[in-house]
Amino acid sequence: MSDTLTAASTLAGRGIRLSRRNLDAVITSMMLPIMLMLVFVYFFGGAIDTGTRYVTYVVPGVLVLCAGFGAASTALSVSEDMRLGVVDRFRTLDIGGTPFLAGHVAAAVTRNALSTTLVLGAAFVIGFRPSASPGGWLAAIGLLLAYITAVSWLSAAIGLVTRTAEAAGAVTFFMMFLPYPSSAFVPIETMPSWLHGFAEHQPVTPLIESMRGLLLDQPVGDSPWIALGWCAGLLTLAVTASGFLFRLRTR
Amino acid sequence: MPPAIEATGLTKTYGDVRVLDALDLHVPRGTVFALLGPNGAGKTTTVRILSTLTTPDAGHARVAGHDVVTARSRVRRAISLTGQFAAVDETQTGAENLWTAARLSGLSRPAAARRAAELLDRFGLTEAGGRLTKTYSGGMRRRLDLAAGLVRDPGATQVMFLDEPTTGLDPRSRRELWQAVRELSDAGTTVFLTTQYLEEADRLADRIAVLGLGRTLAEGTPAELKARYAAHRLDVVASDEQSYVRLTERTSPAATRDPETRTLGVPTDGSAAHVRELLDTLDPGRRDIARFGLHTATLDDVFLTLTADKEPSRV
Ligand SMILES: Nc1ncnc2c1ncn2[C@@H]1O[C@H](COP(=O)(O)OP(=O)(O)O)[C@@H](O)[C@H]1O
Ligand SMILES: [Mg+2]
Repeated sequence: MSDTLTAASTLAGRGIRLSRRNLDAVITSMMLPIMLMLVFVYFFGGAIDTGTRYVTYVVPGVLVLCAGFGAASTALSVSEDMRLGVVDRFRTLDIGGTPFLAGHVAAAVTRNALSTTLVLGAAFVIGFRPSASPGGWLAAIGLLLAYITAVSWLSAAIGLVTRTAEAAGAVTFFMMFLPYPSSAFVPIETMPSWLHGFAEHQPVTPLIESMRGLLLDQPVGDSPWIALGWCAGLLTLAVTASGFLFRLRTR
Repeated sequence: MPPAIEATGLTKTYGDVRVLDALDLHVPRGTVFALLGPNGAGKTTTVRILSTLTTPDAGHARVAGHDVVTARSRVRRAISLTGQFAAVDETQTGAENLWTAARLSGLSRPAAARRAAELLDRFGLTEAGGRLTKTYSGGMRRRLDLAAGLVRDPGATQVMFLDEPTTGLDPRSRRELWQAVRELSDAGTTVFLTTQYLEEADRLADRIAVLGLGRTLAEGTPAELKARYAAHRLDVVASDEQSYVRLTERTSPAATRDPETRTLGVPTDGSAAHVRELLDTLDPGRRDIARFGLHTATLDDVFLTLTADKEPSRV
């Protein structure tokens, strides 16, 4: 057990060093959500009626979007390790699939924590003024971290089967796309009715609803629990699938 | 003490290609063993099976006394592997790469730092240790890769696998790597290396196995192999282009060919009777061969003789 933890934290350290030296990719994945936030707030925001200031409405959605932007690079770094001989070295050192992926996920969560901080900073500059209690902040951040962890592990699992950067990008695209048909940028009622069913029940909507409620200090009902349930379900799926895929790829 | 490596009947099929077909290997402890074969012969597949990275379809192998399928972890604790393609991160420094590997093999932080420094020193990389690996030359990267395979406590590695360690290296880096392999061997580690270079096997190995058709075509010391398979080579130089073409048609596939100098090298035991017979078979009209010379065979000749035969044979 402690061996597994040491291995995972060593690999996380490695992942963070590698990201630091691939700043282009990291900065791109951080700048894009900020750009999108500016586009939504200044270009579209005026036309969207959400009942609150639009920047306040949109920030939780942008934070969730951010998690999706990191997904492709997580999948790519896993797939590079599989393609080059790196994973063979780890395996001869008797490192299993779980610490290997956990290391990648920990590095991804670190990258994401950084981009989340940047996005929040930018949001404050353009007028985001949440009224959350400290407990609300903690709960919102906790939920976001749970989502980021689930998405990162899912991306890492995808990286086990995609062999090129293009494939990794294509498969992780849906994670970037998921926040759009949700209440992230516009209220669901404004969408065509055939989309309502999906938009209301997909994982991102309860997550965004709870983060928005928590940050604005409004009642959130049971949506945080639904969101947590989704994250736990996705994470379980990702961990199980990645264990299976790792064994399959390393037979 | 069990032998370092013992394999019987190893078989591996990819799709409908039978890469290994009942391969047997026996490597005594403390020796350097070279698996020699051309591209695609199955060298990497063999190394991957012996180092627990892939499982054979049939057959058994024990490394350092442990079964490579049922006792993976034990085998892994006794071996180190430097694969065919460098497994170091280009955007980590040499020291960071070694530190990562050392921590992964269970060393504490201070021990990992010490070990990384030691290995950098041993492989002549101390000065380059702080630089990103992408700035390294091919030889430096290869040595770092070798070092990363050896991070465990000195002495823990009983068997070292090196898959084509010098492919693509310049002659100077190749000699440096040979030196490193000899030092490993002198320290008591069993070395199992694969190579396409006969010279390399000849220089480094105590025993050589020639891999072809999925199994060992021949096995023995470099000297034994040379003595047994084509002790000598008869070089015949053709009088002109047409003669060269005619001679080519009459030689066995085991012959070396050099169209530039219109020379064919034909394996022979070197006896007067055989040489006379060869000259007559090659040139019945006595007009195609201008000159000839008799040479002691190199491993290249051994290799060509063996792979030209369809029947596997053993020393
Ligand atoms: N994972 C694999 N899937 C399919 N074919 C493979 C795989 N690994 C090796 N091969 C095939 O097996 C043969 C032997 O490969 P390899 O062991 O790499 O030979 P060598 O190392 O001697 O060049 C080649 O024809 C190669 O294409
Ligand atoms: Mg190979």
